[in-house]
Amino acid sequence: MTLRDLKTGEEAVIATIKGGYGLQAKLESMGLREGSRITKKSAVLAGGPVIVQAGNTQIAIGAGMANRIIVKNAD
Amino acid sequence: MKKILLMGNPNVGKSAIFTSLTGINARTSNYPGTTVSYTTGTLTVLKKGSACASCCKSSCKGCSYGFVEKIEVVDVPGTYRLDPLSEAEKVACRLLPEGDMIINVVDATNLERNLNLTLQLLEMNKPVIVVLNMWDDTIHKGIKIDVEKLSEMLGVPVVPATGTTGQGIDKLIEYITNYPQEPVSKREYKNRWAAIGEIINAVQNLENRRHTFLERLQDISVHPFAGIPIAIIVIIAIFRVIIGIGEYLIGIMEKLFERFYTPVIMALSRLLGGEGVLHQIFIGDISGETIDYEAAMGVLTTGVFLEIGIVLPYILIFYIVLGFLEDLGYLPRLAVLFDRFMHRVGLHGFSIIPMMLAMGCNIPGILAIRNIESRRQRFITATLTAITIPCFAQSAIIFSITASYGTGHVFAILGTILSVWLVLGSALSFFVEGTTDTLIMEVPPYRLPAFKVLLRNLGTRIYGFLTDAFPYVLGGILFVNILTILGVMDFLGKIAAPIITGVFGLPEGTVASFVVGIIRKDAAVVLFEPLNLSGAQMVTGVTLLIIYFPCMATFVIMLKELGLKDTFKSFIIMVIVTLITGTYIRFFMNVLKDPWLYVIFTVLLSFTVMLVLSRIADKRHQAKYM
Repeated sequence: MTLRDLKTGEEAVIATIKGGYGLQAKLESMGLREGSRITKKSAVLAGGPVIVQAGNTQIAIGAGMANRIIVKNAD
Repeated sequence: MKKILLMGNPNVGKSAIFTSLTGINARTSNYPGTTVSYTTGTLTVLKKGSACASCCKSSCKGCSYGFVEKIEVVDVPGTYRLDPLSEAEKVACRLLPEGDMIINVVDATNLERNLNLTLQLLEMNKPVIVVLNMWDDTIHKGIKIDVEKLSEMLGVPVVPATGTTGQGIDKLIEYITNYPQEPVSKREYKNRWAAIGEIINAVQNLENRRHTFLERLQDISVHPFAGIPIAIIVIIAIFRVIIGIGEYLIGIMEKLFERFYTPVIMALSRLLGGEGVLHQIFIGDISGETIDYEAAMGVLTTGVFLEIGIVLPYILIFYIVLGFLEDLGYLPRLAVLFDRFMHRVGLHGFSIIPMMLAMGCNIPGILAIRNIESRRQRFITATLTAITIPCFAQSAIIFSITASYGTGHVFAILGTILSVWLVLGSALSFFVEGTTDTLIMEVPPYRLPAFKVLLRNLGTRIYGFLTDAFPYVLGGILFVNILTILGVMDFLGKIAAPIITGVFGLPEGTVASFVVGIIRKDAAVVLFEPLNLSGAQMVTGVTLLIIYFPCMATFVIMLKELGLKDTFKSFIIMVIVTLITGTYIRFFMNVLKDPWLYVIFTVLLSFTVMLVLSRIADKRHQAKYM
């Protein structure tokens, strides 16, 4: 399931980030890495960015990127 | 001088700590060879004990009061990591070896993420002090941090502080002054995230608590359905408030001018004999008991009233509102909401922030493009901003002198500008090489702005406006008056007539506005006032003044930020857009007659052009990359 498919308000764990080093590093420094527990806060309509919360940080991720972040259910 | 680096993630309040430490003794400077700036200031501390070389007196051996030591403090651009990806982070890394000590400013409400940089800094083997900033927020948020334990685990001093109120700063200064002298032991974290997890588990304790009002507001302002309508309402409300209060303040200013300034001018006028060259330059055309300050055109009449009577009230209220939104944290949310829309003009949501800033003054707007990583996006943002966004000094005069033409004409100007933005933006997106990045941006929590900070920022902006703009406005009007008396303006008018009159349908007299507009746009717009332009001419003239060229100061900044080649391209685009727009307005205002009809037609047309262009661009993009 991609980050876009995740329902708003649900919690999940990041399984894979399909991207190059630059993207991975950028997300990691904001606290998003494989294994991070996140909550999807919002998704702007019509292909807008997804907002996720990791710890106390909210991060907006454009639709293109949100499709490349694979998440799995939190257990 | 000892050098201290203030380092930390973006938006953790480094600058607030910086201001608390250095007071107003701060200056902005450019780092050589790069475009991202940092700020330095001096911290003066009183040191007790032994003598030092940096004392004010060379003979000083220290005394019971201690002696003074000056320390250079550098506000380093925010960075998430020490392996640089962006320009700002490169600056941070280049500055690192120069520092004698690092103050790592940390957002206490975001400890886990911030510690990533902290541990990297600790590996640098320099003295580090960790400042847990926004300490007051941790209390509201139910976050408990064991400061002593954290200090022990990190092996460096940890100071809780609130930069905006100055709480904890004295403690920080104490640590800076009396930092333990022994060499820092070498540290290495093999698995950084594991180490962070260990620390967090040991020192941080989260309490369950109810959602605060601000958090609810936070959720609703990016709500999938409500977010965009709220944003539109907020923007409309802002402009209503600014214009409403602005007009009210101008009314007061007019009375004050009449009461106190008119007698002075009248006396001066009599002193000059009521006529002559000097009278024409400095006082202008005044007759009867009252002075029409907008039409007199003297340096001391129109020049002074323009800036103090009209522009200042508007700028003041504009910056109060903008400052509040900036400090609250609304601008990043606008970036998120309009991200999808901005992609149509080849940008992502972030570009809305430079454009909002540019509505106050284009210069900070153009400077803000430094935060955009892609060159294509920087070029499009700068070009669109310089061409379509009037600064608020200009807007103030536009509102003020077009009001007598009716709301329809004001909207005809705004509608045309919006249309140019849409069409030019999608055309640039179509023609400028490269792809558009996806938005990845931290969305900070709402914070109620501290009154002290709001006031300080407002003061800086108003002071900057008065010292920068006022001399240029007076100089601009002086310049035009002298050229008019010497007959240069008539001459220029004759030369420019084929375009100004032939193509745009404006009288030759408007050429003076376009000359002054290179320096100051507010002074340029007011020169239309005595010309008795028709409604269509007013719309054409004012719109062209907005788009034909940004002011010289903005253009210089563009040169610095974009480089010669891209600025030249941008300039060529300005010329083309001006010619097309001028012709368009003249033709359609005369055909459609009614300004409202013109607005609706123009905006619909431009939306259609934008949709078609971005559809074709998408197709082309897909064919190329997928």
